[in-house]
Amino acid sequence: MAQTKAPAAQVKAELDARADAVAAKHRRALIVRIAGAAVSFFVLLYVVNKLAHGAFLEPENLINVLRQITVNTIMAVGQTFVIITAGIDLSVGSLVALAGVVMAQISNALPFGGPGNFVVTLLVGLAVGCAAGWVNAIPVVRLNLPPFITTLAMMQMARGLAFILAHGQPIPLANSTPFDWLGTGYLFPGLFGMPGIPYAVLVMAVVAVVFAIVLGRTAYGRYVLALGGNEEAARLAGIDTGRVKTLVYVISGGCAALAGLLLVARFGSGAPQNGTGYELQAIAAVVVGGTSLMGGRGTIVGTFFGALLIGVLNNVMNLLRVESYTQLIVLGAVILLAVVLDQLRKVYLAAR
Amino acid sequence: MSAAAPAGAPLLVMREIVKTFPGVRALGGVSFDVVAGEVHALVGENGAGKSTLMKVLAGALQADSGEIEVDGVRVTIDGPKTAERLGIGMIYQEFNLVPDLGVIENVVLGVEPRQGMFLDRRAAAEETSKVLGELGIVLPLDRPARRLSVAEQQLTEIAKCLVRRARLIVMDEPTAALTEREIAALFALIEKLKAQGVAFVYISHRLEELPRIADRVTVLRDGKAVATGTIGEMPQDEVIRLMVGRPLEAHFPDLPPIRPDAPVVLDVRGVSAASGVPVHDVAFQVKAGEIVGLAGLVGAGRTEIVRAIAGADVPTSGEIKVGGERVVIRSPRTAIRAGIALITEDRKAQGLVLGMTVRENTTLAHLQQFVRRELIDKPAETKATNEEIAELRIRTPSSEQTVRNLSGGNQQKVVLAKWLIGHARVFLFDEPTRGIDVGAKAEIYALMVELLKQDAAIVMVSSELPEVIGMSHRVLVVRGGTIRAEFARDDVTPDKVIAVATGAAA
Repeated sequence: MAQTKAPAAQVKAELDARADAVAAKHRRALIVRIAGAAVSFFVLLYVVNKLAHGAFLEPENLINVLRQITVNTIMAVGQTFVIITAGIDLSVGSLVALAGVVMAQISNALPFGGPGNFVVTLLVGLAVGCAAGWVNAIPVVRLNLPPFITTLAMMQMARGLAFILAHGQPIPLANSTPFDWLGTGYLFPGLFGMPGIPYAVLVMAVVAVVFAIVLGRTAYGRYVLALGGNEEAARLAGIDTGRVKTLVYVISGGCAALAGLLLVARFGSGAPQNGTGYELQAIAAVVVGGTSLMGGRGTIVGTFFGALLIGVLNNVMNLLRVESYTQLIVLGAVILLAVVLDQLRKVYLAAR
Repeated sequence: MSAAAPAGAPLLVMREIVKTFPGVRALGGVSFDVVAGEVHALVGENGAGKSTLMKVLAGALQADSGEIEVDGVRVTIDGPKTAERLGIGMIYQEFNLVPDLGVIENVVLGVEPRQGMFLDRRAAAEETSKVLGELGIVLPLDRPARRLSVAEQQLTEIAKCLVRRARLIVMDEPTAALTEREIAALFALIEKLKAQGVAFVYISHRLEELPRIADRVTVLRDGKAVATGTIGEMPQDEVIRLMVGRPLEAHFPDLPPIRPDAPVVLDVRGVSAASGVPVHDVAFQVKAGEIVGLAGLVGAGRTEIVRAIAGADVPTSGEIKVGGERVVIRSPRTAIRAGIALITEDRKAQGLVLGMTVRENTTLAHLQQFVRRELIDKPAETKATNEEIAELRIRTPSSEQTVRNLSGGNQQKVVLAKWLIGHARVFLFDEPTRGIDVGAKAEIYALMVELLKQDAAIVMVSSELPEVIGMSHRVLVVRGGTIRAEFARDDVTPDKVIAVATGAAA
C-alpha cells in the first residue's frame, strides 16, 4: 500500500478538471449519434418521398403525420415510465375509452359551456385515468403481483365499464368550442403559407418535454431508473419504492386519459370502442425507442422517435396504397428489426 | 446396493486436488479418501475449501489438477451425471427438490421408469416405497415437496440418492435446521445405511455432534487438508486448534483506542426480527469510535441482525437508539434518516445498480442533497462523486463509468462512497472484504479507522476470524439468532470464538 500515490486533493482536482472534458465527450458522442440518426432519417425520408412521388414531404402531409402520432406518443410516454420499472401497462387502450366516455358525459352534464366546461372535463378525465393507474399499482406494490395480470384485468374492466356507461353507443359532445380547437384547430394558421401547428401536436410536445425532464433531470426520474435497474438496491438506498412504482402507473393512466381527450376532441364524441389495441402500439413505440423491457433503461426522446417511426411508416404505406394487411406485416417486421438491432448493438458493446 | 470394492481399495480417493478461482487458490492440493461404510467428517472454517472440494467431487466444478479414484480406478468426473453414475450422491444444505412435485416424482426425477413413451407411475411408486420401506421410513408420498417439513425433505433427498444406487452420500450441514429428535432419527438412518456399506462425507460446523456420528475427521484450512484422523484421535479442542491454527495476519491497522468519555452512539435493546434466520433479543451498544465485530457461522443470524437495525428487514420488537434518541425503524429510509448506513454483503444484488454510473450510484441514497428547484444539479453530483473517487482511490476513468465495468474491489468502494457522502454516524458493514483483493482490503480497513476518528460507530459482520478479531474493539459471537458471548479485544482468541460459534461452549 505504500507506493507513491497522489494525495487525494490532487486526484480530485484532476478529476474535476477532467469532468468538463468527460461531459464534453459525452455531449459529442450524443451529437454524433443524433446527427447519424438524423442523416439516416433524412435519407430515408428522401427515398420515401421519391417512392411516394413527392407526396410525403408536402407540409400538409408532415403535419398530418405529427397529428396522427399524438395519441400514441402520449400513451407511449406514460408507458415508458412503467416499462423502465420492468412493468407493463396493458390497460391504457381501455382507459382511453373509459376516460373518453366519462369526459363526454361530464361535459354534456355541466350547466355551463366554454373554457370552464373544458377545464372541468379535462380534470375529471385525468382523475379517472390516474385513479385507474393507482388501482393498477395496488396489487403490484402490495402483493408483488405481476403487472401483466393486474393491468390485463383493468383492461377488461375499464372496457366493460366504458360500454355500460355509454350504453354501447358513442356519446356526441354538446359543447364543441374548445374541444374543436383541440381536435382540428391550428396555431398560427396560414403563417408562411403553412397550415399551422395543430393544438393536439402542441399538447403532445408539452407532454413529451415535461416528462423527458421528469425522467432525465428530477430525483423521481432517477429513482424510476434505479428501481428498474435493481429494486432491492434502490430500497436499501432509502428510496420509497412502493411510492415510486405506484406513481408510474398513475402517470401512465393519466397519459391514457389525456390521449382519450384528444380522441374525443377529434371525433366530437366519446366512444366506448375507442383505443382498442392501442396499448400494444404504445408498447411497440417504447420498445422501438430503445427502452428495455427488462427495466432500468429508457428515454422519452427514444420513445418519441419510436412513435414517429411507426407513424411515418403508416403514413408512407398509406401514400403508397399498400394494402392494410401488408402494412401489419411490415410494422411487425420493423418492430422485430428494431429490437434485434438494439440487441446486436449491446452484444457488440459488451464484446469490446 | 454395495458393489463390493476390491479388497483394500478405498471407495474414493482424491489426490492433490487443486482448484483456483480468479485471484483465489481455493484448493491447494487436497488429498482425501473415504472407505465403504464409514462416515468421514469434513470440517473447517468458512472459506476453507469444503464446498469447493465437494463440488469437484460432484462434478459441479472441474479441478485444475489432481486425481480421483473410485474403487481403485482412475476416473474423470466431468459433470453431475458422471458423479451420479459413479454412485456419488450430493445433498446440499439448500435442498434441490421441485416444490410442486410430490415425494415420488422428486425421488425419481430424471430417472423416471418408463413404459414406452409414457411415465410408469406405478413402477416409480413401487421403487420409492421399496427404498423407503427397507429403511423403515414413512413419508407422505403424494405430498408436494413445499409442504414437507425440513426433515421430510431431507429424507426425500436421501431416497433420491438411494434410488440412484449411491454408495457415497455427501451431506452438507444436514443437522442445521433439524430438531434434536429429528437429528437422532437421521443418525439412526445413517447407521443403517453404513451397515449396508454406504459411505458418507459429513460436512458440519457442529463439532459437538461429530463423536456421535463420525468415524474419521479431516480438517481443511485455507484450501489444504491439515489433518486426518479417527474421531478418537481428534478431540474437539484439537479440531478447533487445527481449524484456526494460523497466526493472525499482520495487515490490520492499529485501532485507535476508544476515548474514555466516548458516548454510546448505537444502543440496541431486545431486537427481534423474523426474516431469514429468526433473530431474537439482540442487545448491544456501540460507542463513538468503536468497532464491534459480529462473529459466528454462516446462518447464525449475523446478517439478519444488522439488516434489522438498518430496516432492511423490519424488526418485530425491540428498541433502537441512535445518539441517545429512540428511532422507530420502519424501512431503510427511516434508518438512513437516523444516520444508520448498511453496507450490504452482496454488493451486486443489494448494493449497486450495475447499469448506472459511478456518479448515479454514489448519490443514490442522498439524491435530495443535489436537488435544486426540483432538478438534479449534475455538476454538484460530479464534484461530490469525484471527491469520493479520490478519497477512496476508486480506479475508474471518470464518474461517468458504468459500475458494471469496475472490478469487485472498486465496486465495493462505490458502495462505501454511497454511504460516505451522507451524514451517517452508524456504519453496519456486512462482510466488507468478501471477494476483494488484499490491496483493496487494506484500503477498506484504513477507511474504517478514518471513520473511527470521525467518531463513527461501526458494527462489522465477518466470516473471516482473523478479520473480525483484528479489526474489532469487541467481538460478539452470534449463534441461533442471538448473541451468545462477548469478548474484549485483549481477551479474544480464535479458539474461544469458534467454541461459542459451534456450540461447543456456552
